[in-house]
Order: sequence, then C-alpha cells, then structure tokens
Amino acid sequence: MLTVKDLFVRVEDKEILNGINLQVNAGEVHAIMGPNGSGKSTLANVIAGKDGYEITSGEVTLDGKDLLDMSPEERAREGVFLAFQYPVEIPGVSNASFLKTALNEIRKHKGLEELDAMHFLKYMKEKMKLIGIDDKLINRPVNQGFSGGEKKRNEIFQLQMLQPKLAVLDETDSGLDIDALKIVSHGVNTFRNKDNAVVVVTHYQRLLNYIVPDFVHVLVNGRIVKSGGKSLALELEDKGYDWVTAAEPAEESV
Amino acid sequence: MENIKSKDWYLTNFKTIEGSINGESKTPFHELRRKAIEKFEEVDFPTAKDEDWKYTSISEILKYKFESAETIKVSKEEINKHLIPGLKVNLVVVINGNFSKELSHIHKQADGVRIDSFKNLRKSDPDLIMEHFGKHAQIDNGFVALNTAFANDGIVISVPDNAAIEDYVHILNLTGNGTSNVLSQPRNLVIIGKNSAVKVIESYHSISDTESLVNVVNEVSLGENSHFGLYKLQKECNRSFHINRTQAHQSKGSEFTHFSITLGGSIVRNDTNIVLDGENCTGNLFGLYLTEGTQHVDNHTLIDHAKPHCRSNEMYKGVLNDKSRGVFNGKVFVREDAQKTNAYQSNKAILLTADCKVDTKPQLEIYADDVKCSHGAAIGQLDEEAVFYLRSRGIGEELARKVLIRAFANDIFETLTSAELHDHLNHLVYDKLK
Ligand SMILES: Nc1ncnc2c1ncn2[C@@H]1O[C@H](COP(=O)(O)OP(=O)(O)O)[C@@H](O)[C@H]1O
Ligand SMILES: [Mg+2]
Repeated sequence: MLTVKDLFVRVEDKEILNGINLQVNAGEVHAIMGPNGSGKSTLANVIAGKDGYEITSGEVTLDGKDLLDMSPEERAREGVFLAFQYPVEIPGVSNASFLKTALNEIRKHKGLEELDAMHFLKYMKEKMKLIGIDDKLINRPVNQGFSGGEKKRNEIFQLQMLQPKLAVLDETDSGLDIDALKIVSHGVNTFRNKDNAVVVVTHYQRLLNYIVPDFVHVLVNGRIVKSGGKSLALELEDKGYDWVTAAEPAEESV
Repeated sequence: MENIKSKDWYLTNFKTIEGSINGESKTPFHELRRKAIEKFEEVDFPTAKDEDWKYTSISEILKYKFESAETIKVSKEEINKHLIPGLKVNLVVVINGNFSKELSHIHKQADGVRIDSFKNLRKSDPDLIMEHFGKHAQIDNGFVALNTAFANDGIVISVPDNAAIEDYVHILNLTGNGTSNVLSQPRNLVIIGKNSAVKVIESYHSISDTESLVNVVNEVSLGENSHFGLYKLQKECNRSFHINRTQAHQSKGSEFTHFSITLGGSIVRNDTNIVLDGENCTGNLFGLYLTEGTQHVDNHTLIDHAKPHCRSNEMYKGVLNDKSRGVFNGKVFVREDAQKTNAYQSNKAILLTADCKVDTKPQLEIYADDVKCSHGAAIGQLDEEAVFYLRSRGIGEELARKVLIRAFANDIFETLTSAELHDHLNHLVYDKLK
C-alpha cells in the first residue's frame, strides 16, 4: 500500500530525514518509534503533503501512485489520512459542516453520490457513538476550546468518518489519560481491516498495548535504525533509545 | 467643461435647479437647501488634510462631473434579481435617487404608519419633514452639504407610538443609466414612535457598469423603548462611488442595530453615527467588507454615549484581496454624565495578499469614571495551518480558503436574525470569493 523509498527531506537547509525506506502492506499496522526530534512528524507531514519541506530525493507512493506529485487534498481523496500531533483550532467552522464537506469531496472523487443532510447525520451518529463524542462537541467549531484529549478523540472520529486507506497517527496518545487512550484505541482497532493500513507514530510504548502493531521501526536522526516485531517496542521501553543509538554506527550526515 | 472645478460644477448645477423650481424657492424647506449650498461652498469636498479623510482620497471621484438623472425604465426581472429569496418585505424601489411607485410594493399598514417618498411628503406633510430634515445629520462635510442642498426625493418611514411594521422594508436602490455619470442623492428619514419597531434593508445596486456617485443621507429618530434594525447591503459595480451618512438619535430604552456589508464599489465611505441620548439604550454596529482589485472601503463610526446606563457593541471585519484598501475609524465618546456605560468595540481584518492594506484607528474618549469600555484591533493573514488541516481532509485549496474566510466573518453573520437575509448574504459573500 504505502511505499517510501530512500526519502531525504530537508527543512531550511537542515537534513531531517536521511534515507527512509518503509513498506506498509494492506492489513498491517506499523509503529514508528523514536526520541523527540528524530523526524517522526516530518515523515508523517511529508506523507500528508504539508508545505515547507524540501524533498531532495526519494519516492512515496500509495498503491503505486506517486503521492509527492499530489496536493494534500488529492492525497486525502486517494485515501491518506493524518491524525495531527497538534490538531488546529478553526473558529467559525462547525465540526459537523466541516466533516460533511470533507466527506462529500472524497465521495465525489470516488464517483460516489454526495450524502444529503439526513443520510450524513445518520452516518455521523453511528460514528459518534463508536468514539463516544457527543452533540455538543459536534456542533462546536472544529477543535475550538477542546481539551487535549478531546482534540485527539476528534482526530480518530474523523478517521472513522472518512474511512481512508492509510491512516498515519502522529502521537495520538500524547496527553491522553488511560480511559481516553482506550477509547481512541478502540476507534483505531475497529477501523482496521484487511484492506487498509495504519502507521502509528509514537514516542512511548504504552499505546502499542492497545493498538498492537505487526511491525515496529525505530527512527533516530532521520533514519530507521532498527525494525522488528511488536516485541521490539517492549525492548525499547525496557532499555531506552540509547540502546539502539549505541548499537548503530555513529555516522551522521549533516 | 473639464476645467471646471468640482465645487463650481455643483454650485452651477444648484443655480440651474433653483431657477426651475418657481414657487418652491420661497418655502422653508428650500431655505434649508440654500443654507446647505452656502455651507458646501464654504467647506468644499474633504481633502487628506481633514483628519477624518486622512486615509481616503476622493480625488478619483472629483474627476467626474456627476449629474442627477431621471428615473429610467427598469424591468420587473431586473428588480427580482436583487430581492432576498423567501423574505416577505415591503418593497420600495428607488431609481437614481427617485422613488418608483410602479415598481414598489407596500403592504397595507396600521393607522398612522407611513412608508412614502420624501418628495410626496414634502407636499402632503411638510411639517413632518421640517421637524426632522437636517435635525440629526449635521452638515460637517461637503457630501452631507451636497445631499442636503440637492435634497429632493428618498424614502420616509414614520411609525406612531405603539406600532410596528411587521415585515422588513426593503429599500432597493438602483443607480445608473448607461449614458451619463449619474449622481443619486437619496434623503431618507426614519421616525419611530415610542414602543414601536421597524426593520429596514437598504440595498444598493448598479443598473450599468459605469461611474456613478451615490451620496445618501439617512436620518433616524428612535422614540423611547423603540427598536430599529437597519441592514445595509452595498453591491454596486466596482466602478461606482458610494458615500453614506447614517445618523441616529436614540431616546431612552431604545435599541438600534446597524448592520453593514460592503461588497461593491470603487470608493466606499460609510459614516455611521449614533447618539445614545437616554438611559438604557443599546446601540449595535456590525460591519463586514470584502474588497478586491483596487477597491477602497472606509468605515467611520461614532458612538456618542450621552446618558448613563447604556450599552454599545461594535464589531467590524474586513477581508482584503489584491491591492485593495480598508479604513476603520471607530470613535466612542463617553460623556461626563454617562456613568455605567458599557462600550465594546472590535475591529479585525484579514489581508489575503501583501499588497493590500488596512488603516485602523479606534478612538475612545471617556469623560465618565464608572464605565466599562474595551476595544481591540487585529490585522492578520489567513491561518495557513488551518488551510492545510482542511486540505488534509480532502477539501480543495480554494474551498478551504473560502470556508476559512467565511468562518472569520461568522460572528458578524450570527447577529442576523432573519434566516433568509442570512442565507442571501452568505451566498453573496461566497460568490464574491470566487
Ligand atoms: N518547520 C521546521 N523548521 C525548522 N526545523 C524543523 C521544522 N520542522 C521540524 N524541524 C526540525 O526537524 C527535526 C525533526 O522534527 P520532528 O519531525 O517534529 O520530530 P519528532 O516528531 O520526531 O519529534 C527537529 O530537529 C526539528 O527541530
Ligand atoms: Mg512529532
């Protein structure tokens, strides 16, 4: 599904990603772990198409289609979804109308009929129940005045609403208490199926107790220094990131 | 003719008109007009030296020799294009400043309620006109002087005590004739009795895509505990010039809401002035402008808190594109007497390009000590993080920007109580953002 090949990314003359290779197949969950500043969000943002990153070389494709050549909206319509590390507050735009517009733009792209107000509402209610989001939150402006946990929950609610092919979750666990973490994980686990894929970006192992990954990659200084199964996450938790950085020959490209 | 100074052009025109009105030249009404032209001769048009016109140059307006024009034939279809879908109104059509009886449609009203032309009432009820004409709007600049000197027609709405005009009155102004530079100078009066209520929509449209000058004066008098809502839509073509003075006098317990949305025009200047001249008055001033190209929109407001225990609530927002310009000047006076005043003012603008500009100047002059006054101004750009957020959910860039601009204006829209008017204006805003 997602293929990242030899990806090098620079921000303001600083090399952030130094040759990332990643193959994510349908039905899989991959976790990308790494210390702060290792480039996790950069990778997630480059996949989603955020401005401000200079891609010096490499490829990112989704089912063979070149993502780097697409605008962010085209990527979203093709099935890319990024759950933001820091969801943006948008005063004046209600959650519900925002999601209706987004969903219908995606449906149009797929050649599906747009949902009318009634069908949209019915569909939304189902998803609200699943994520435990209430009417008050839905009618408020997007993320405005939401607590950290509510914002993250809203991201997963959007994931459920839009049903992408590839979900990239950037630190969705940060700032969540244990109850919220369970709800969010439940939202992701019910999303998972054999036709889609999830990339979980996280600093901590905790989330991976609930969203169990098939593969774990460790990102340090913009490079994947170690990959393995889900046990790698536990090992990391135990030994800390120094363990992998120490194991890696210290050649840093600047 | 090109060499005639603007001032002389209008002075000569006044003489010509005066020579043709025969008996009317002896009336007290005309006496006021004559005083106004003298005042005009004295003050002339404003220049950049006038503090109130510092950021708005009218030299472009003075390049043209505008003349008043007759009503021209306008089809029902043309009128229908400008109606607010689904909204039941008393329709009053004004063409080039002249009331059009054929195109208007006014429902039967309660006893004593009048919705009529200024011209008719000058003959049928001169006392009413003389009681209010020029009593509220001071002649403090050349434009008000000119409107007063040439005052001929416009709309008068008069409501006695304990009455209401149930539906909105929609004063639909059309300007242009495609052949000359039309000068339209409606003079409108709204007189509301005690405990009465009126809602008026004044909309401005062009008949032809030509340079025209609309120079309006609205005088408003609100009786005790009355309610008045005035909703102004400026949607003339981008070659037109528009000057609007609205002056409202509020008696105790009254509530006035002024809503102004400016979409069209080359140079637009709005002066909205209210005097809260009794206890427990509420004055609401809400405004929105969207500019593009080289449009220039200047909103001046003056809120005069003359008595205690009054509230004023002011919010203006602008969205500027291309090389357009915006000006906001909000004066709030709180007089020595006006204790327990509550005055809130906010002014915000979004600049969509690096070439547009807003000059903003809040002016609070407070002479009472027990008051709550606040003001805030903010000028910024569209939040690019928010643009990306919407795009990352599949919403195209253009639509994302529109949604965010519309969202910026949302609290202005939320003040509208009519769903039909809300939806219509919403539509026009989205159209303009294309
Ligand atoms: N827009 C930016 N401008 C400058 N430096 C940036 C920018 N975005 C990220 N960086 C730098 O890139 C590195 C990786 O950041 P990020 O991808 O956010 O890491 P992570 O998500 O793993 O904490 C950090 O050193 C950070 O300071
Ligand atoms: Mg990060």
